[in-house]
Amino acid sequence: MSQHTLSVLVEDTPGILARASALFSRRGFNIHSLSVSTTEYEGLSRMTIVVNCDRHPLEQVTKQLNKLVNVIKIVEMDNDASVRRELLMAKVKADASSRPHVVQTAELFRANIVDVSTDVVVIEATGKPEKLDALIRNLEPYGIKELVKSGLVALGRGPRSITDRSLRPVERSA
Amino acid sequence: MTERMTGARSLIRSLEHAGVDVVFGIPGGAILPAYDPLYDSPKVRHILMRHEQGAGHAAEGYAYATGRPGVCMATSGPGATNLVTPIADAHMDSVPMVAITGQVATPMIGTDAFQEADISGITMPITKHNFLVKDAAEIPRTIAEAFHIASTGRPGPVLVDIAKDALQTEADFAWPERLDMPGYRPVTKPHGKQVREAARLIAQARRPVLYVGGGVLRAGAHQELRVLAELTGVPVVTTLMARGVFPDSHPQHLGMPGMHGTVPAVGALQRADLVVALGARFDDRVTGRLDSFAKDAAIVHADIDPAEISKNRHADVPIVGDCREVLADLVVAVRKDQSEGRRGDYESWWAQLNRLREEYPLGYEPAEEGGLSPQHVIRRLGEIAGPESTYVAGVGQHQMWAAQFIGHERPGAFLNSGGLGTMGFSVPAALGAKVAEPDRTVWAVDGDGCFQMTNQELATCAIEGIPIKVAVVNNGNLGMVRQWQTLFYEGRYSNTNLQTSPPEEEEKVRIPDFVRLAEAYGCVGLRCERPEDVDATIEKAMAVDDAPVVVDFTVHHDAMVWPMVGPGVSNDNIQYARDMAPDWGDED
Repeated sequence: MSQHTLSVLVEDTPGILARASALFSRRGFNIHSLSVSTTEYEGLSRMTIVVNCDRHPLEQVTKQLNKLVNVIKIVEMDNDASVRRELLMAKVKADASSRPHVVQTAELFRANIVDVSTDVVVIEATGKPEKLDALIRNLEPYGIKELVKSGLVALGRGPRSITDRSLRPVERSA
Repeated sequence: MTERMTGARSLIRSLEHAGVDVVFGIPGGAILPAYDPLYDSPKVRHILMRHEQGAGHAAEGYAYATGRPGVCMATSGPGATNLVTPIADAHMDSVPMVAITGQVATPMIGTDAFQEADISGITMPITKHNFLVKDAAEIPRTIAEAFHIASTGRPGPVLVDIAKDALQTEADFAWPERLDMPGYRPVTKPHGKQVREAARLIAQARRPVLYVGGGVLRAGAHQELRVLAELTGVPVVTTLMARGVFPDSHPQHLGMPGMHGTVPAVGALQRADLVVALGARFDDRVTGRLDSFAKDAAIVHADIDPAEISKNRHADVPIVGDCREVLADLVVAVRKDQSEGRRGDYESWWAQLNRLREEYPLGYEPAEEGGLSPQHVIRRLGEIAGPESTYVAGVGQHQMWAAQFIGHERPGAFLNSGGLGTMGFSVPAALGAKVAEPDRTVWAVDGDGCFQMTNQELATCAIEGIPIKVAVVNNGNLGMVRQWQTLFYEGRYSNTNLQTSPPEEEEKVRIPDFVRLAEAYGCVGLRCERPEDVDATIEKAMAVDDAPVVVDFTVHHDAMVWPMVGPGVSNDNIQYARDMAPDWGDED
């Protein structure tokens, strides 16, 4: 099984998240991460879905997803042809003695300290999943009290955009 | 030009704009506002059903007969959940349907209010699309989109759930001239290169088969199919959903493939070197064990739904498109090949298939002396009522016999629940088909198990003047389940005896007595128990034209459906009759 990243452009309608995610579970897929946000067009949202599965089932679920009326376009984000980022926030134990080491580790990963209290700091970092995994490994010895990640977002490299040629009205004959 | 009106009026006006002439439904609290303007509509006839499941199947029957979306209506909560089965049925068999349900008022949504059910959530996986409308102004556009989605591309059910306050508040009515659905663009025009490749494979093949499914019926492509078949000389098989799309009487027709298909149809697919699938989906009931299905065949798969292609079986030549356009283009491509001298030679293939046809025709073991065979009843019904009648089967043994023994000649003349296998489909679907085509004779061919699931719609038929005819093939048992118990559970008949026709030796109390039941519902009730009475009984039923007729054909209990491919077994192991494997006569 390999990991795949799908960018899904959808109409921002109630229930679209449920429709899309339910489809994955109904067809037997586990979603690794999913993030949704607004886009450069009002009324359109974009999901970035990371799934673990083989090529053939991925094709099948992509086709099924494409059948959802509110799904406008699906693009698989190739690792080499896309920029992929994730946001992480971690609450790490940091008393007077360990704090300098924790802060130094954060700096090495170009992460920010966004909250400080007597025994803990909150670290914010963005980057590729591999970088964040490495940061987590380096913070673990100090004690991670809480961890949250945004889920991956991805954007294709180069001048083309996912919305190109995908926003035409339908003529109805009735 | 806009006009101000309540959401309820706007809904009825929208249905009129969408060309709806019949709605099957039952009123209730949340949908009640819509029933008031419906009462006055000069264009929309509402037929009051006895159960929402009946309303849904009636809408399906109507859709089958007209090709236009059938419409059903129900209230919130239980009204809506009772529609779940027919919606799922329509989804599996690609039947265009629009279901309209009332929902509790917007402020009550999510509070577990009286008769609240999240029907749009519940039906998400079984509808082509669904809507929850909370604003009266949204109603016309939503209805327009619902009809467009239900009837275009691969047809299917669309549910529109409307909150009660949206029906009660006023808004400007404007029927949309143009729909903005950027995510919905079905591809109907096939790719020319793929079509030419398919034609090339047909010319090269030595053992090709046209595997024709319900998509050809939905596309109205029977004429194009016939042209292609006759042009190429390729044998044709028609699935359960496609019976009648290609005439049974046609010399190139090998019959139905699948679990209860004919030996020639199943054998042809297994031996084929090319399978051209047209609007078919390689269902497990057709393929048997998938990894041994048509092992040596290249696959051309044409379907309007891209997700069907290579879902179960890899397609060597995928063609996404409407079957009518695919077939029309394929005919052009084949003609061009033939004009340049490229034409398939299937002579030895036909010799092999004709031998199978001669040795393994459809047949059945007759009942013991004096007993009535269900197959005989159904065969005679088809012969007497003829190809111009519409036949609507339930699910089970009688459905398979109806698929096998009625001579299917007319596209759209055979309705049944294929994908979902919904018992109880027959009576309400026949009702819907009869409403759609009042001048046509409509026979529900039902089993005693199925009939007891939805026969209350006989009341609807009697009161609304919908004179369908029902042939209850009554073996007193859940016959197909009993057949599996005979074959796979050592004849241990756990919970399959319905006692609607107890054997002679027992005291003959029928519960219920279908003749008296029919009479109680204001229908004509007839009974036939002897082979010599079959024709006269059918003719007597045919002669009644002012009331629904129910005929209790009390048949023997042990009849089985043959041929049969056991569940999970390879099609190669088809049994012509019990413990009787066909001799394929393969050269190797």
